[in-house]
Amino acid sequence: MNKLPEPKQPEKLIDEKGLRIDGRRLDQLRPIKLEVGVLDKADGSAYIEQGKNKILVAVYGPREAHPKHIAMPERAVIRARYHMAPFSVDERKSPAPSRREMELSKVIRESLEPVVLTDLYPRTTIDVFIEVLQSDGGSRCAAITAASLALADAGIPMKEMVAACAVGKIEGKLALDLSDAEDKYGDADIPVALVPNAGLVTLLQMDGHLTIAEFEQGFGMALEACKTLHAMQREALKKKYATVKEEAEEAPPAEVVA
Amino acid sequence: MVIVAEPKQVVSPGELLAEGDHLLGDNAFRIGTQIYSACIGILEVDGNRVFVVPLKGNYFPRSGDLVAGRVVDVGLSGWSVDIRAPYEAMLPASETPGPRGPRRRDLSTSYDVGDIVLAEVLAFDRTRDPLLTVKGPGLGKISTGRVVEISAAKIPRLIGRKGSMISMLKKETDCQITVGQNGVVLVWGKSPHNEHVAVEAIYMVEREAHTRGLTDRIRDMISKSRMVEQVA
Repeated sequence: MNKLPEPKQPEKLIDEKGLRIDGRRLDQLRPIKLEVGVLDKADGSAYIEQGKNKILVAVYGPREAHPKHIAMPERAVIRARYHMAPFSVDERKSPAPSRREMELSKVIRESLEPVVLTDLYPRTTIDVFIEVLQSDGGSRCAAITAASLALADAGIPMKEMVAACAVGKIEGKLALDLSDAEDKYGDADIPVALVPNAGLVTLLQMDGHLTIAEFEQGFGMALEACKTLHAMQREALKKKYATVKEEAEEAPPAEVVA
Repeated sequence: MVIVAEPKQVVSPGELLAEGDHLLGDNAFRIGTQIYSACIGILEVDGNRVFVVPLKGNYFPRSGDLVAGRVVDVGLSGWSVDIRAPYEAMLPASETPGPRGPRRRDLSTSYDVGDIVLAEVLAFDRTRDPLLTVKGPGLGKISTGRVVEISAAKIPRLIGRKGSMISMLKKETDCQITVGQNGVVLVWGKSPHNEHVAVEAIYMVEREAHTRGLTDRIRDMISKSRMVEQVA
């Protein structure tokens, strides 16, 4: 059997010009593509590509809660399921939910709960299915960005969309939106989710070591990036309806057969 | 008292709509003096009232609504009906026309699982599942015609301002059309072709609900298909 070569640790994460392994500046996001309404059967859906991340999100609901005992008498229950496809990483990942996936499902759910107006739909559930097709670091943030877009696409009333982005430290320098290699061989990683207008931070985790000054500077960088992402979310959401509108309104008037 | 966003345009959740003491309508919320949109929809301003007409979303029952649903279960004293809402509706046997008092016969002889019933929402207060009634003219089991399911959010557009869209559709396609508030539309036509045109027109309204000049485009589409039929 052929053995795949072990992915090597890059010699340097930052080159002499101050650029990262994928050619980005330290304060630059990866290229991002957002799409809305990609699934017909789901009530709402979204697809995000952020660097090599490819994530699909489907939202169902508000719908009747099953099993019945999970229903809350005064508000809707949000359920989130973050799942990585077996082919999403270099080595096959078991499709069974892992400890890490359960943790991410929980933090993603908690980052979305404060914005959704759940009290409008008592005794129901809103289900968010997040499927990671290809993983490249920072997938929990990309998942939150896509999930709030899918919730908005489902027409679920919410205060506003949540945007998320990570910031980290590589070779002693702060860098925005870490890729997989930077996350693995870097010094620290802080995913942040922001509700921009309300100024709420709904996700803040950290692994690795940072000084207080570094943390404060990095946190600021992440917040700025979240605002950029939020603008992209809005654009993606409106674009879906703008295309239909353009096609319909600019179509030539129907020909009248004499 | 300033409207910040442009009326009749698509707004996204969290978008600033207006500032000042406007009245708060559907799908809008207030933080301080600022009013924001709560969902993706079209901003509408009616006098002092600011609200958003959603472009997507499930049906949410309100008492008095006319709905069409599918019977999913037959019980001892009534039926469970799927009305495409987050809650399963109950149609008690006492809300069907006919003599009062206990009935011995099996309820499935009136409505069985899979039947489509046209009903009115009798009561719904969020704490309990919606109650339906089929007492009323035209209500009850539907056994002819075509059933079209569209998003409940597009029903206001299908009806149009003061019923302009639906009355045009009825006139131009020569079909009888009943619109359920839950997004189920019933169509009866004089010929299969008429029914087909009406169904296509309804789907077109769903697809292009947020565009301008829709009524005229639909009228064009119908007249065009009528020509095709005459040629054929």
